[in-house]
Amino acid sequence: MSTAVSQIDEVKTTPWAGGTSPFSVEYGKIMMWFFLLSDAFTFSSLLIAYGALRFSSAAWPAPDLIFQSVPGLIEHGAPLVFVGLMTFILIMSSVTMVLAVEAGHRGAKKEVVWWMIGTIIGGFMFLGCQALEWSHLHSEGFWWGSIPRMEELKTLFHGNPSDQTMITYGHQFANLFFTITGFHGFHVFSGVVINIIITINVLKGTYEKRGSYLMVEKIGLYWHFVDLVWVFVFTFFYLV
Amino acid sequence: MSSHPAHTEDHAEEHEGMTKKRIWNVFYILLAITAVEFFIALYLVPHQVMTYHVANPIYIVLTLLKAFFIVGYFMHLKFEKAGLIIAIIVPVLFIIGLILVLTNESHHWIDLRL
Repeated sequence: MSTAVSQIDEVKTTPWAGGTSPFSVEYGKIMMWFFLLSDAFTFSSLLIAYGALRFSSAAWPAPDLIFQSVPGLIEHGAPLVFVGLMTFILIMSSVTMVLAVEAGHRGAKKEVVWWMIGTIIGGFMFLGCQALEWSHLHSEGFWWGSIPRMEELKTLFHGNPSDQTMITYGHQFANLFFTITGFHGFHVFSGVVINIIITINVLKGTYEKRGSYLMVEKIGLYWHFVDLVWVFVFTFFYLV
Repeated sequence: MSSHPAHTEDHAEEHEGMTKKRIWNVFYILLAITAVEFFIALYLVPHQVMTYHVANPIYIVLTLLKAFFIVGYFMHLKFEKAGLIIAIIVPVLFIIGLILVLTNESHHWIDLRL
């Protein structure tokens, strides 16, 4: 009798043969990825609904006419400047986040704390800008289910659509804008709160004791995702 | 540090993906892409160099490019195992399905209005 193991009985060592994680990523990180995947579906549903309604509309409020003020500085004639600032703040806070993760890999506690604080400040700045943007639109008469008076509404459309057209699609714009940017802003707010909790834990030395700053990486994933969503919101509300 | 040379070397190799220099490079790329978008929106379109029929597809391509850099480098997906990359990317393809369905549907809404 041969003692050689037949080929089928040999212990396999491929990534999917069992015994090890084929993704070689920590469990919590995989779960964060799949949560973000589900969140991506939610956001894309909202954005695709927006796209379908806008695509089928007879007229749509023009972004370069609606978003042309910098709250507190310029009232008219500066399209995209304010939202450009918001985009820059969010990308910048993404960079500080990834620098915090990088510092975590080296186990440099102090650096992690400083980069995390930078990220939190960026998050608050973005939320502040969004509050200004919302209050500006609100003062013009936009809100969920409400639009500016007719003479004001006329100045927000290119061409000469009928009154009924402007009322219908003005409402659609208002509802979609506040829902989608509101949902995104809520994500930013949650991110800031979680960032603060993580920073407190870093300061307390929780992760130093644990021996890894994986939690910083996980909240980092979430934070970059929020930035990613903003990239899409920015394109489809402000540019297109 | 010097007492664990093997450990730190191990670490450096594992996270070779994102050094400080690389992080800033990705930041500059994102900034440059955004600047191009602004140039199109604030100069090329108002001066009739290109119409929005041309500009809109360019915006979408640039946005997807930014998404690639954020997900690939900042979220580190580019340096993960192939299994994880596939597990994340393939489900996203369903979104394309929803886009196709609702674009088709919105054509129908236009016909309903007439």
